[in-house]
Amino acid sequence: MNKHHTSPFTLGSVDEAQPCCVPAPQLEVRALSVSYGDRKVLDTVSLDIYRGCITALIGPSGCGKTSFLSAINRLTDMLPTAKVEGSVRFDDEEILNAGVDTLQLRRRIGMIFQKPNPFPLSIRRNLELPLREHGVRKPRERSERAEQALRDVGLWNEVKDRLGSSAMALSGGQQQRLCIARALVLKPEILLMDEPCSALDPMSSAVVEELITRLRGRYTIVIVTHNLAQAKRVANYAGFFWMTERVGKLIEFGQSQRLFDAPTHALTRAYISGVSG
Amino acid sequence: MILSKDSSLYHWNIDKALAPLLLLAGLACVAILLLIVLFLSREAWPVLANGGWRAFVADNGWYPLEGLFGLLPMLAASLAVMLGAIVLAGPVGLGCAIFLQFYAPQAVRKSFRLLLSLLAGMPSVVLGLWGLTVLVPLIAQWQPPGASLLAAILVLALMIVPTMALAGAAALSSVPADLISGAAALGMGARSRILYVAVPAARRGMLSGALLSMARALGETMVLLMVAGNVVQYPHGLLEPVRALTANIALEMAYATDLHRAGLFASGLLLTLLVLVLAWLAARSLRHD
Amino acid sequence: MTERLFTWTIWLSAALVAAALMWVIGDLFSLGAAHLSLDFLLSAPRDAGRSGGIGPILVATVLIIGVTLTVALPLGLMAAVWLAEFTVRGDALGNAIRLSLDVMAGVPSIVYGLFGNAFFSIYLGMGFSILSGGLTLACMVLPVFIRTSEMGLAAVSDAWRQGASALGMTRSAAIWHILLPAASPAIGAGIMLGIGRATAETAALIFTSGYVDRMPESLLDSGRSLSVHIYDLSMNVTGGDTAAHASALVLIALIIVFNLLAQWFTDRWLHRRQLA
Repeated sequence: MNKHHTSPFTLGSVDEAQPCCVPAPQLEVRALSVSYGDRKVLDTVSLDIYRGCITALIGPSGCGKTSFLSAINRLTDMLPTAKVEGSVRFDDEEILNAGVDTLQLRRRIGMIFQKPNPFPLSIRRNLELPLREHGVRKPRERSERAEQALRDVGLWNEVKDRLGSSAMALSGGQQQRLCIARALVLKPEILLMDEPCSALDPMSSAVVEELITRLRGRYTIVIVTHNLAQAKRVANYAGFFWMTERVGKLIEFGQSQRLFDAPTHALTRAYISGVSG
Repeated sequence: MILSKDSSLYHWNIDKALAPLLLLAGLACVAILLLIVLFLSREAWPVLANGGWRAFVADNGWYPLEGLFGLLPMLAASLAVMLGAIVLAGPVGLGCAIFLQFYAPQAVRKSFRLLLSLLAGMPSVVLGLWGLTVLVPLIAQWQPPGASLLAAILVLALMIVPTMALAGAAALSSVPADLISGAAALGMGARSRILYVAVPAARRGMLSGALLSMARALGETMVLLMVAGNVVQYPHGLLEPVRALTANIALEMAYATDLHRAGLFASGLLLTLLVLVLAWLAARSLRHD
Repeated sequence: MTERLFTWTIWLSAALVAAALMWVIGDLFSLGAAHLSLDFLLSAPRDAGRSGGIGPILVATVLIIGVTLTVALPLGLMAAVWLAEFTVRGDALGNAIRLSLDVMAGVPSIVYGLFGNAFFSIYLGMGFSILSGGLTLACMVLPVFIRTSEMGLAAVSDAWRQGASALGMTRSAAIWHILLPAASPAIGAGIMLGIGRATAETAALIFTSGYVDRMPESLLDSGRSLSVHIYDLSMNVTGGDTAAHASALVLIALIIVFNLLAQWFTDRWLHRRQLA
């Protein structure tokens, strides 16, 4: 399953381990609804995200999958018209409450965007700035963690001689891996990924996908993807979203093997067979 | 790990202090404008309260030490200079704009733009100096005294022509290219394409540039102080000396007291009003899309 | 009008403007360059400025600009950040601030001189002083600087704001470390415009910083800026023309130097903070 020519990753292959044999829910989402102004985009979604597993969210565009992710790390706070209702419990703590420290929350739940968005700074500063903002004072510790993160995503050898150069000069795939490293450097517990490969060329896409599989077990991953084959390849759990009456809803959720091979809902069956991976 | 605000892990959020501080800075700007309006009105009040505006129009001549504040001749002079300058600088500025956009070879384009920026950045006192030492004697050779409406118009036109040219060039460059190539496909020559297609399409930006230049001409002080002659009279000839409202303020502020001073402040308010009307028209002409 | 005539007219208008500029600069040089010397730049004016130099006047000019920038830059940047980052379209407060700035940008400079005289010099008791002049110029320069900086910040990609937020960075950190450096070219341009306008300004200074041509010893001393000096020499001092032309050349050079400095500042410091 893995191509074993000189792999740049230092994360060991975790296929041998049993990451998900006794899965415990890390995120419990109950009746989550998201609206922008008076336009509802997501209606009462309930599911569990299991620790250490990769959960894929599939379905056509506009079903509220991105809004789902944004609600979890409270990025919806940035939009003045956004309204989030329901409950999201992270390690048994309600994160939708007003008193929650969102800065800490976002350290523990990282996000990767569809279009790579490294800051217009040097590669080094891209990694060390978040560390500094989260209280890592010693420069030595910052550069060690930055190096480790770059090694984890397989970028170290490619960029170690030009850490001071602009991150914008990297290729698309490298930029996305840098963004993943930037999230990893904060030692998060969950990674939210919004179609991380869709803006990349096929080769970079494959590299990033392999990186994602290697993150399994060490991190919990929620990945939104249009690529059904990719979802089938990497996910332990899958949730299928669909739009009914102009609002996004969760149609079916479960272990990905079962969902893809024997979906219970007619809509799921139609979507999976109609959109060939 | 506890996520709530009461947790020892919750750090003082600098953002809480940021927004109010920044808002204060923004409000300071509004405060400055209010102060300007307040203090100008305060100083001008003695004249305004006495039914002052009527004095501006009705009084026979500007003899402030005798309580006469007829400023129509000076207002007329200011307007005459402004109109003269725009009549000169308008076509020339348009020509430069067309040159910059359609005719300048690549090598020349950058230098010409630099040249225009240099002229635009020239301090008005320096242009006034040149006008005083070179232009005025030149005109005086033709007919004394030289310091005249014409001198003011010429120097002011020189001042505003770069603004017109650069604004015009910007407006022309935002005309969609297919509009012009469509005209070419219909067999229209360069002259027709530019005059009958490009310029009309760019007229809003050009009008805005012209109005802003007029506002600048109306508010200009130093050039008028130095080359216009400073005689309070209606502009009844190009070669006659005149005194603009702006120059009047600069000349008399040094020794004006009481009602006289109030009169100067009031003329300043009038000037501001006129300039703001022009600026508002300029903004409106851009918005009419 | 034929095609050829049109082309000639266009070239002619461009040549006319170029020639006019050459004429002005040429005259300035021929009438004033001879008077320039190091001594001219450093020594004090003698004989009402006909001889001697412009040393104290240069100092006063730099001090006035210094006051202007010290006040306008922080205040302007903060207001620009507020407008760009903390207001949404249709925000009443934001619109009020923007409208105020647009109105302020239209007020003629002599009227700013009147205001500065009434408020800073008289009401606040600063008299004719460098402080009064600098503060008046700061009010003049603020609107354009704020609008330019605001536009620069608004143009910065939203992806970085979202990315910074997703990493749990405070908005202050995102603004300081990412957004302001990214907007630095526009901010630098705004600074250049402000300096250019302030250095060239005369009418607003005549009744706020005054006419005194001695070396200023404090910000509360009256000081004559270079532009005011040129005006005085040419209008009030017979035989002061040569010195006036030499001063004009220095003034133009000063504006060019300030612009180059601002460009350097933008490139090296603001831009460099992004890397390494």
